[in-house]
Amino acid sequence: MTEQFEPTIVGFTCNWCSYRAADLAGMSRIKYAPNVRLIRLMCSGRVDPQFVFKALAEGADGVLISGCHPGDCHYVEQNYKTMRRFALLKKTLAALGIEDARVKLVWASAAEGNILAEEIDKMVAEVRALGPLNWKGSEQLTVNSEQSAVGGRSSAVKEMSL
Amino acid sequence: MGEKIGVYVCHCGSNIAGVVDVAGVAKWAEENLPNVRVARDYKFMCSSLGQEMIEKDIKDLGLTRVVVAACSPHLHEATFRNACKRAGLNPYLFEMVSIREQVSWVTKDKAIATEKAKALIAGGVKRVVYHQPLEPLFVDINPNVLVVGGGIAGIQAALEIADQGSHVYLVEREPSIGGHMAQFDKTFPTLDCAACILTPKMFTAGNHPNITLLTWSEVEKVDGFIGNFTVQIRQKARKVTAEKCTGCGVCEEKCPKKVIDTVFEAGMGTRKAIYTPFPQAVPKYPVIDVENCIYYQRGTCKACEKFCPTGAIDFDQKDEMMTVQVGNVILATGYELFDARRIPQYGYGRLANVVTNLEFERLSNTAGPTNGKIVLRDGVTAPQTVGIIHCVGSRDIKYNVDCSAICCMQSLKFAHLVKEKTGAKVYNFYIDIRTPGKTYDEFYRRILDEGVHFVRGKVAEVTDAPRFPGEEGKLIIQVEDTLAGRQLRVPVDMVVLSAAMQPRVDSKQVGQKFGISCSANGWFIERHPKLDPVATMTEGIFIAGVCQGPKDIPATVSQGAAAAARVLGLIGRKQVTLEPVRASINADQCSGCRICNNLCPFNAITFIEDRAVSDINPALCQGCGTCVSACPAGAITGSHFTNQQIMAQIEGVLLNFGNGHEPAEKLEQVPA
Repeated sequence: MTEQFEPTIVGFTCNWCSYRAADLAGMSRIKYAPNVRLIRLMCSGRVDPQFVFKALAEGADGVLISGCHPGDCHYVEQNYKTMRRFALLKKTLAALGIEDARVKLVWASAAEGNILAEEIDKMVAEVRALGPLNWKGSEQLTVNSEQSAVGGRSSAVKEMSL
Repeated sequence: MGEKIGVYVCHCGSNIAGVVDVAGVAKWAEENLPNVRVARDYKFMCSSLGQEMIEKDIKDLGLTRVVVAACSPHLHEATFRNACKRAGLNPYLFEMVSIREQVSWVTKDKAIATEKAKALIAGGVKRVVYHQPLEPLFVDINPNVLVVGGGIAGIQAALEIADQGSHVYLVEREPSIGGHMAQFDKTFPTLDCAACILTPKMFTAGNHPNITLLTWSEVEKVDGFIGNFTVQIRQKARKVTAEKCTGCGVCEEKCPKKVIDTVFEAGMGTRKAIYTPFPQAVPKYPVIDVENCIYYQRGTCKACEKFCPTGAIDFDQKDEMMTVQVGNVILATGYELFDARRIPQYGYGRLANVVTNLEFERLSNTAGPTNGKIVLRDGVTAPQTVGIIHCVGSRDIKYNVDCSAICCMQSLKFAHLVKEKTGAKVYNFYIDIRTPGKTYDEFYRRILDEGVHFVRGKVAEVTDAPRFPGEEGKLIIQVEDTLAGRQLRVPVDMVVLSAAMQPRVDSKQVGQKFGISCSANGWFIERHPKLDPVATMTEGIFIAGVCQGPKDIPATVSQGAAAAARVLGLIGRKQVTLEPVRASINADQCSGCRICNNLCPFNAITFIEDRAVSDINPALCQGCGTCVSACPAGAITGSHFTNQQIMAQIEGVLLNFGNGHEPAEKLEQVPA
């Protein structure tokens, strides 16, 4: 019997919509794939591309970014900036050979616990089908928290261009 | 020196312990996670005993950081922060990990749930090391208040605040306060006349020493933050000098230009080019409608000026801008009526005797264009049969999915008024009858007893094309009676459409102006739908009345008063504390590229020209962190969500799952 590959996914959620969607999924006792570890930020606009690289380099097989629906951002319009940044991030990831399905942006309002759960299930299934990331560049890319504190974001970006 | 971290794993009765091996997780954390001095599990961590346990450990073991793994931080983060504070630990040296909402409640497999809980706790433990002690920001509250919208919600809020002694600027777009309620005839279910109960309140608001009434005015710009808003208001030119005008009304009498009044009379009546919308208008000063005034069109007339006994007419008056300082804002901007023309099969705008609810209110109102006579468009004929259609543009996925909340009661009221005034036969076409208010269902029974016919079914069409004898010259309502299971054609003389309440067309722009958001439907979003219905996500901005969602007059008045109470509470505190989650710029690292400048929707980032660096006003900053992640120089730090903290959390949550990374057991102690 071969063991099924279980991917690990790091999720970045905003504090106002998507983290609350996760709360709601919990309160509604919706069972979803346990492969996602959520990290709460104040806004999806806080998702620095280096967080995504960091997670992938540390062994995550996928990264989920989730925020309020466009137009509903707690910070008026910051999720639009997430959207723009995400488009650029996708290009960079593609250039690095990372499959499209591994990094996803999902809108989930505080009332959409079911949608967040569904999206997580869907993503886990997709990444499971892709298999482990085994990112070749991960060794050089690893920036640990101590370094990043000193060097800011520059180290990750610089090494990425290697 | 390493930090001393206390990890506390909550059972939450069996909510967590039933799925996660809490004792095992605590033991694992104490043995394997770096810097953990103690890890305990407990039945209810949020109970006073649980909190005391944490406080005792902080004091006895000298803990420098605390991690609680329990429910969502949205539930108990404040609880445990306070516990830390009581024990002398800065509350921001605490981190909460959600292992109930994110683990035990959503995961079936116990072993997997336990592993996930461990990973999340590892994230919290690694993150908390980099937490920094933070102090909340204190901001003084300016006791002045801005109320936007002079309908019943705004009037109620303004009066509550003014009576307490704070000053209110009440801004209204139209020439008079009163809002939609001033247009109504009777109010359900008591059938007392709207004007009789509203106008005394309008008068009080207009003459209150603590209320500055700014009608015919609009808010142009809002800057600042809770306690300290600077608001620019445009006072549109009335062309009438308020100080001189006595409100005698001679100008209106003498004005030769009649205009159809599409606002107050809903198109049913006329007004002059110089007008007060209705006799009891507050303030009593008229305005000149420049678009229709003969003088502005042709350069001659000035009849009003000639006859004005006090010389109050001023054709050269210009818009004036005024700036006011306020501490809090209440938005009570109300609603607008669904445009029934959007449902062409109902014939509104094409068939003369199809009227909207607002038009009917004016018809039925004794002060209205027909002196309260319910008649057809010809102005004389009383209808023999009247059909009232519910849910026009509401509860309809094509237009508005939401229920307008008041249409059922309003339609029942219309049915009663038609019966009472004309004796006509009345049909109500409804989808469901919704009468949940106090004594509302009793009213429904009363209307049933009065002999009003009820047909359950969504009307398909209103037509003037007769097909059967007896339909000539009538409006025919085509509907499926879903209770009887048959098609009906009901010939009537008049059709009243209970058109939906809709958000104002500019609600999105108004929301943006004040930094609050609208739901997908366009209603302003409250902070919490149940527990905080009048506050918004933006501190210092409150909402009241229908701008938050459809509701009846009692609920609107309650919200006006509730918003006032919230504001008065803040004024009473004189100072407010703000979360210290803020961004700041290290000027030495800032290259002055100004990328961050345009990213901030709160205008918190300014560029200091002489030093060529950007700077963040901490009181304006809301802490979203978008600028932090955009800064190419890494010069911006977002407190409590620093790169270091998040990087560490990423490492933590991935501890056991790295591709060839060291397992947790072999991790070195992370230096402080």
